[in-house]
Amino acid sequence: MFYREAGQYKTSYAADQQIFPIRQDRIGIAVILVIALLLPLAASEFMLSAIAIPFLVLALATIGLNILTGYAGQLSLGTGAFMGVGAYSCYKLVTIFPEVNVIVHILLSGTFAAAAGVVFGLPSLRIKGLYLAVTTLAAQFFLEWCFIRIPWLYNYNSSGAIEVPGREVFGTLITGPAASGTARYYVVLAIVVVMTLLIKNLIRGRVGRQWMMIRDMDIAAELMGVRPLIAKLSAFAVSSYVCGVAGAMFVFFYLGASEPAVFSITLSFQVLFMAIIGGLGSLVGSFFGAAFIWILPILLRVGLPALGVDVAAETVFQVAQMVIGALIIFFLIVEPHGLARLWAIGKEKLRVWPFPYA
Amino acid sequence: MNAFVDPVGMAGHSGLTKGEVLLRVDNVSLSFGGVKAITNISFDILKGEVRAIIGPNGAGKTSMLNVINGFYHPQEGTITWRGQVRRKMRPYEAASHGIARTFQNVALFKGMTTLDNIMTGRGLKMNKNFFWQCLHWGPALNEEIEHRRKVEEIIDFLEIQAIRKTPVGRLPYGLQKRVELARALAMEPELLLLDEPMAGMNLEEKEDMSRFILDVNQQFGTTIALIEHDMGVVMDLSDRVVVLDYGRKIADGPPEEVQSNQDVIDAYLGVPH
Repeated sequence: MFYREAGQYKTSYAADQQIFPIRQDRIGIAVILVIALLLPLAASEFMLSAIAIPFLVLALATIGLNILTGYAGQLSLGTGAFMGVGAYSCYKLVTIFPEVNVIVHILLSGTFAAAAGVVFGLPSLRIKGLYLAVTTLAAQFFLEWCFIRIPWLYNYNSSGAIEVPGREVFGTLITGPAASGTARYYVVLAIVVVMTLLIKNLIRGRVGRQWMMIRDMDIAAELMGVRPLIAKLSAFAVSSYVCGVAGAMFVFFYLGASEPAVFSITLSFQVLFMAIIGGLGSLVGSFFGAAFIWILPILLRVGLPALGVDVAAETVFQVAQMVIGALIIFFLIVEPHGLARLWAIGKEKLRVWPFPYA
Repeated sequence: MNAFVDPVGMAGHSGLTKGEVLLRVDNVSLSFGGVKAITNISFDILKGEVRAIIGPNGAGKTSMLNVINGFYHPQEGTITWRGQVRRKMRPYEAASHGIARTFQNVALFKGMTTLDNIMTGRGLKMNKNFFWQCLHWGPALNEEIEHRRKVEEIIDFLEIQAIRKTPVGRLPYGLQKRVELARALAMEPELLLLDEPMAGMNLEEKEDMSRFILDVNQQFGTTIALIEHDMGVVMDLSDRVVVLDYGRKIADGPPEEVQSNQDVIDAYLGVPH
């Protein structure tokens, strides 16, 4: 009824090819962006620092993995390690060149992760599917080992951890323990929104189509002029770049300090689950997945006591874990293609509602 | 400009005139381990003709197509393309030399819409770099729209406007075959290889597809090599037919000549030994 494209005629291919061809979608995304911009006015420091910032960062990491697994079809379990490469290289850059803007460092640190991604992506030219996942597992363990065993990476700190120094941009402190949640939130929001837009552009153009060709039918792709080497390695590079930037932001804007264990296989799995629950091959799904896995447990933990259910903190945590586990199973049974597919089906139904068909 | 310097931009414009030899296969043999798929086969494909390759199952027809577009490399023999002996090449190089194909079992990109599938055929002709692609603005957007226009022409030509935005996985089989033809046409190939374009189709769909193949051949001047089991279709469409059996060539010539060839009849019907 209200979500309908009737009367919205496209008179040019440019209009037909825009990201949100339906007016209601454009209004929706504008409303979401305005809410995101105004969030610090209403939200507490806890909401910004513990929910909004990590949600955005993990959504970006999920987008990174989605490029590789969802769009290019190369299964990877090394996401955590690639995020770690971004975090550690950002830390090194910030300490070696302290005078350079930290946002530049964060964007640069992704290139180191991209390089690591290309190196560990080389086996993908010969190996497919689960076997490739095993080789990316090697990346995960090797890089994690590097974070522990190469003291140069953490500047020989006795704790073995990296601690984020305070850095200012335009006179506002945005990193380090003293930075306000609002400042960090806006930086993260800006980077995530801009990168999501750039990646969307990449995916709807020639490069993204090449990735999907390799994913859907690699033999036909090659017979149509796609070079598997370039398509696969570019997917690894872009994916790892995005993951690296997300990893750098994870430490610099969320954790404030981190040790190698942060970038363990657990993080890789967490991001992979976000991608799968959200929907492989969908950018909006990456946000859904990150919200589901990151925000829902926190809401449950905070929400149950708030409802007057008086239970010990430890019990709440475990109950939340069980509920999340059950919900994951439920959603995967209802829709194996993830929340993004449910969302798409919902929109399709809404377009013809209240009639059963168009 | 020499066609071999810039194969990407020159696909379909080799400068050959109708009737000249576009592709020649000389004494090609292909084996997988101990299995001989193709034994000492020679034939040629002339610019602008419809060339059929027929034979019983397992005769080596699809292997022959795979040799032509670089997916298999024959152990013996040479392939001459546009008058030059071709070196060993990868499939994507064959694609950039103007060879496109469709597959026996539809090989569309299932996760993409019809439009995107056909747009993939334009990939070799798009050259705006990575950073323009990220911006999707200016030259990259113009390029995208310019190729969309070309793709829309093909969509009109094959009468698939209604399924433009439909994911190809949802389409019925006959339409999938048609989208696959559209995707190959989007490459503007000089040589189009069709591997059983009518397999599994009903009479009406076969008639449609036959009309499209003839239209492609006549309107665009595309040279076509097709594998097909429906003899009625083969005899009506093709200018010349080459017949394979057990990896060997047993006949080559105009349809009516091949039809009356005793070896061909034996191959199809079997002979008592």
